[in-house]
Amino acid sequence: MALLEVHDLVKHFPVRGGLLNRVVGRVHAVNGVSFSVERGDILGIVGESGCGKSTLGKCVIRLIEPTGGSLTYDGEELFDLRHDELMPFRRKMQIIFQDPYSSLNPRLTVKALLKEVLAFHRIVPREDLDARIMELIAQVGLRPEAADKFPHEFSGGQRQRIGIARALALEPEFIIADEPVSALDVSIQAQVLNLMMDLKRDLGLTLLFISHDLKVIEHFCDCVVVMYLGFIVEELSCDELHERALHPYTKALLGANPVNDPDDARDLTVLQGDVPSPYDLPKGCPFASRCPVVEDRCREEMPPLEEKKDGQRVACFVVE
Amino acid sequence: MSERAPILEVRNLSTSFKTDQGVVTAVDDVSFDLYAGETLGIVGESGCGKTVTSKSIMRLLPDHLTIYGPESRILFDDKNLAQIPEREMRDVRGARIAMIFQEPMTSLNPVFTIGWQLDEALKYHTDLDRAGRREKSIEMLRLVEIPNPEKRISEYPHQLSGGMRQRVMIAMALSCEPDVLIADEPTTALDVTIQAQILQLMGELKTRLDTAIMLITHDLGVVAQVCDRVLVMYAGRVIEEGTIRDIFHRPRHPYTRALLDSIPKSGKREHGKPLPTIPGIVPSLFELPPGCRFQERCALKEERCVDEEPRLEDHEGWQVRCHFPLEIGEVAEEVR
Repeated sequence: MALLEVHDLVKHFPVRGGLLNRVVGRVHAVNGVSFSVERGDILGIVGESGCGKSTLGKCVIRLIEPTGGSLTYDGEELFDLRHDELMPFRRKMQIIFQDPYSSLNPRLTVKALLKEVLAFHRIVPREDLDARIMELIAQVGLRPEAADKFPHEFSGGQRQRIGIARALALEPEFIIADEPVSALDVSIQAQVLNLMMDLKRDLGLTLLFISHDLKVIEHFCDCVVVMYLGFIVEELSCDELHERALHPYTKALLGANPVNDPDDARDLTVLQGDVPSPYDLPKGCPFASRCPVVEDRCREEMPPLEEKKDGQRVACFVVE
Repeated sequence: MSERAPILEVRNLSTSFKTDQGVVTAVDDVSFDLYAGETLGIVGESGCGKTVTSKSIMRLLPDHLTIYGPESRILFDDKNLAQIPEREMRDVRGARIAMIFQEPMTSLNPVFTIGWQLDEALKYHTDLDRAGRREKSIEMLRLVEIPNPEKRISEYPHQLSGGMRQRVMIAMALSCEPDVLIADEPTTALDVTIQAQILQLMGELKTRLDTAIMLITHDLGVVAQVCDRVLVMYAGRVIEEGTIRDIFHRPRHPYTRALLDSIPKSGKREHGKPLPTIPGIVPSLFELPPGCRFQERCALKEERCVDEEPRLEDHEGWQVRCHFPLEIGEVAEEVR
């Protein structure tokens, strides 16, 4: 059985307006998403801004309450649990945020920051607190002096390491990493990715890795879910991603990523137009308005997410 | 290309700022040429001085806090832009040298229509009458492929998507037909599919209008896609300059090489292997290491690198600031 199974997850945000502040519409952030993550795997979620990938990540640990659907973690249904019943799962499931500048409390030293988490969940006896904190700091590759410094004294990459240490403090099994390296320079990005890979291996973690950068996902993940406008359009293995990709949007994403080779003469794939608004979802396939191989049928009907070979799933009428 | 005279010559540009902690030099002795119809990429990590270089050329830095080095010369149209009075600079800025900024969300004025904002530059820099300016504005919006420009011109920035706003910025920058276009991270805030649209558009416009483009970015993929020549900066210094092929296939500075290596490769089946990294972080400009500025992070450091800062040496049109530049053959083999 998969460690995490998500079925038909839906999240709509109400939009209020008018004199009486009534609900006048809905932003359809996540529209019926299903996937599962096996223990020890890294599942990537890729998509452009506004595709619902971060909302999805936050719904999975109920930082945002989902509108509908179900989620089982290790066989237990999470969406029905009361807040206090959720606590043991919060310990097992942790999140690393995108922005290392705003996700750490600026008034707490690294030591205080980690102590807060450890003390709240009463995970280590009081006398062992300091030892555990130093162990965590060493684990993420920071010097022991870091313990008494404040977040503003660190660079972006070091702050992201503190964010990782905080997530690891509770000895979680499952980590959601929401764009953990997007705010970092390339040389630092590689350091943080390597650290996460080492920790994943040493601690036997399972990861949900959210990113807009397909190059990073391809390098880091086992499988990837491609999202567009709150829908999954394709799920496939990251080995030979280029050869396997079937959905026109996945191909466009691969083709739009500039290659580090001036001799690679192929032109960038250029899609026409912008992503439609999640406020009024288009009828039919969400990608129909920009798709290079669109047919009449795509504008009328939503293509189902169908399983092809090797667990690959695609939602498209046109591809075989 | 080298027979032609450069349109913009930057010589020994040094830009320092007065801060509470003392004077800090953000750009140190930078020189380069820019030719019509070419795209020069300036790459480097945060804080390497690439944006300060561009803002120095545009003279957009706060006057009372900025010190230009005495040797600094920015030669454009027989004038030294580092020294001319602000009055004269206004005729150059926006008209002859235009700039596109990183954040299309914040660099347009939210309380005016895009038509009004396009009109403003034309009113100042051209002799066109009101109807002529409107026509020109619509033409520019059409040039950057904004659908339905007659209607869009009376819309406000918040009614446009990120990609459209960046197109408006490009239209605005190009409306006075500048000789030089400085694009500071023009696609960083955009999604990849929109980025591809904007890069394609900039390439077409360069060919059509023969504009010289200075593209500032941290994304080496973007550079490989659109630039002709590249300048690599590190901690305020130029450390390598060469043609796009030299830099990507035969980098000679260890930093350039390490930077290229640390990017995950697409389709190369290196899945799950550790990425090559550059240890440590960029030094603070207040506490620069002795000798070579990269020495603390360099894998090939030797004693001489600590004792003496290397000069930017010219090897047949290809410049590198390193005592021990990588050999061509060796690199080509290892990189492949």
